[in-house]
Amino acid sequence: MPAVFYPVLVKEMIILAEDKIPTMDEPVDVSEDVAEEEVEIKETFLQKLSRFYWGKNRSSPLTKPLRKWFLLFIGPVTAAFIIGFVWPFVQGIYLSMCKFQLIQDAEFVGFKNYISAFSDASFMRSFWYTALFAIVSLILINVLAFAVAYVLTLGIKGSNLFRTVFFMPNLIGGIVLGYIWSMIFDGILSHFGTSIVQDSTWGFWGLIILMCWQQIGYMMIIYVAGLNAIPEDMLEAAKIDGASGWQSLWRVTIPNMMPSITICTFLSLTNGFKLFDQNLALTNGLPVVMEGGVGISQTEMLALNIYNTFYGSNMSARGTAQAKAVIFFVLVAAIGLAQLAYTRKKEVQQ
Amino acid sequence: MKLKKVLALAMAAAMTGCFFAGCNTTDNGGGSDNSGGGASSTSAGDNGDGENAGGGSVYWLNFKPEADETLQAIAKKYKEEKNVDVKVLTAASGTYDQQLSAEMEKSDAPTLFVVGNPAKAKQWSSYTLDLKDTAVAKELNTDEYNIYDGDKLAAIGYCYECYGIIVNPTLVEQAGHKVDDIKNFETLKTVVEDIHSRASELGFDAFTSCDMDGDSSWRFTGHMANLEYYYEEKEAGSTWTEAPATITGKYLPNFKNLYDLCINNSLTDPKDLATGGHDPANEFKEGKAAFTVQGSWEYSSYAEKVPDAKMIPYYCGVDGEEKAGLNCGTENCWAVNAKASEENQKATLDFMYWCVTDQSASEMLVEAFGIMPFKQAVESTNGFLKDAAALEANGNYVMDWATNYQPNVDEYRKALVSALNAYCADQSEANWDQVKAAFVDGWATQYAAANAG
Repeated sequence: MPAVFYPVLVKEMIILAEDKIPTMDEPVDVSEDVAEEEVEIKETFLQKLSRFYWGKNRSSPLTKPLRKWFLLFIGPVTAAFIIGFVWPFVQGIYLSMCKFQLIQDAEFVGFKNYISAFSDASFMRSFWYTALFAIVSLILINVLAFAVAYVLTLGIKGSNLFRTVFFMPNLIGGIVLGYIWSMIFDGILSHFGTSIVQDSTWGFWGLIILMCWQQIGYMMIIYVAGLNAIPEDMLEAAKIDGASGWQSLWRVTIPNMMPSITICTFLSLTNGFKLFDQNLALTNGLPVVMEGGVGISQTEMLALNIYNTFYGSNMSARGTAQAKAVIFFVLVAAIGLAQLAYTRKKEVQQ
Repeated sequence: MKLKKVLALAMAAAMTGCFFAGCNTTDNGGGSDNSGGGASSTSAGDNGDGENAGGGSVYWLNFKPEADETLQAIAKKYKEEKNVDVKVLTAASGTYDQQLSAEMEKSDAPTLFVVGNPAKAKQWSSYTLDLKDTAVAKELNTDEYNIYDGDKLAAIGYCYECYGIIVNPTLVEQAGHKVDDIKNFETLKTVVEDIHSRASELGFDAFTSCDMDGDSSWRFTGHMANLEYYYEEKEAGSTWTEAPATITGKYLPNFKNLYDLCINNSLTDPKDLATGGHDPANEFKEGKAAFTVQGSWEYSSYAEKVPDAKMIPYYCGVDGEEKAGLNCGTENCWAVNAKASEENQKATLDFMYWCVTDQSASEMLVEAFGIMPFKQAVESTNGFLKDAAALEANGNYVMDWATNYQPNVDEYRKALVSALNAYCADQSEANWDQVKAAFVDGWATQYAAANAG
């Protein structure tokens, strides 16, 4: 995704720089011209690349120095992006088709890993479990965050204090939250002779409560911004036309809020699917129930399932874990994009 | 405006900084540029075929966090004496396998690492050097704790430990019993149940809390489970040399005997064990309970508070258990990286030899690890290991660590812990069947998973 932004950034840099170029000394320009000739003869690839970046403007004398130096500017970022993202990603896909214990010993086996990933009962279970979790948390988080944001924009006393307090759980890391909440839940559940790691129902709702607690504040901030951006006159016009509070909420406020809703649903849906830390710290997949001789972790979500497959005692399953990770990526990307496309359609132009 | 420029510059610097941070490796003197070829070690003993002139270095990936301090001191001492760099890196508790894979990927990989059991030796097969006929292997006084990978001596057990039931004799006597009278499950049960029933009057209970969270659960799913495997093995007449594909669970009722005795006669209600959060070690040290289950590695900390603490076998109601001894074995087995450079391998072997022959070094190591089965190593002062030796000398059978063969150990134990949690909450037959499924069927499925392709 971020790759798309770099050319744009570069273009902006050039536009900014163009304004200043006339102040440059003439001699510099002359020497540039000489160098330019050589570059043009030798480096056709750079030429092409520069044409790609600023098309028609390429012949303008004002952009000459930039044309020559642009690689210096985009180089580090592009290199970092390739080293930190593109290369590992490509390698990850390759490894998903290998049997390996250490990356250096990878041995190509084709789609075998994908077959074993799909035939792994624990993986399929964690997929459905994750989907359920993502949907429930998506609904609860957004409805509650919207409600809180709505109340806090009505101008009640202490709104700012409330906003700060609601936002705070976001500042605590997922692992810490998981452990804190496991103590809270166990403190309560011990009175009933059970604990969060013993009952998968509690494990599920515990995780939902934890996530709501953590995420509502964050989504609330986005909704508050969205609510504040709704033109007053629109609401006023609705009021004059005799719309009830409920009607103006559904007919005016929410349609105008669609950009915020798009962002928030996207964030909470992908967060739900990608959830890891909280899952690890709260239940770590427990309880495990023996189903046909196979122990299945009842509260293990996709990311944790992948992690446990990769880092479990069975080192021969690392390729399978890698295949699961690729499937996971495709899934999260597809769901995220589909959801974006859907909610974008509902956005209105202000 | 100026501020803006400064800020922009700072951002650019930070970004480039992040970018180049990744390039910052190759520290740690892992290469061959250290020790300058000066007074290198020549302590290779009887395989002393030349000097360590190449100036190799040692990189030990240690898996016992509690031994870290000692090992760092050993590394420093070796550097001082032999001018050879020894780097000791200790993996955080429970992350050794991850750390090992991560470190092995690096160009500066560990030269000395720990292989805990035969399954691991198989996994790391191409990374373990055959240690047969090395000077350090010739110093061994027993072959019992070594790990073979086919014919290859893949790893040398450099120390061994034992576990069993630890008793505070003073408290047992206060309750009007004698430790020496405990000879089998029946007598153990009588004493334990008597103490538990009079706990409020006595001011202490029988067993410490049997927490099933985190590391504490190992005491049951790892250590105590061993009695089941061991008796199966004993009945079959030969010790396992590799994991069997299936187990029968014939001695599971015996495991249940002892497990029930522990959870139902302890400081903590069995229902609260899943959550854990108690401190069994301190409960024992503070005299709140007369019994606990643990291993010899805890001796020094226990003996500080309970100097006469004694370790007795897992009595579980098996015929002839009056002749039982302690569970002796190890997961501390040295393997040398077969893919390390020759000079580093040599430096590592020299270092190992020095560890087990140098008087003061072996003293430090024995203090940290327990008994080291080498001819010249100093004797251990560990009281629990002395108990083990006394029982053995008395003709009692030693229970070897068959538990080391648990297939896919983390997954296997996780299922077992979960089943035991459910059982602790409600000690019904149905829940015990789940334990049985995790124990026996879980073994078979994990074995199949571990050995598939």
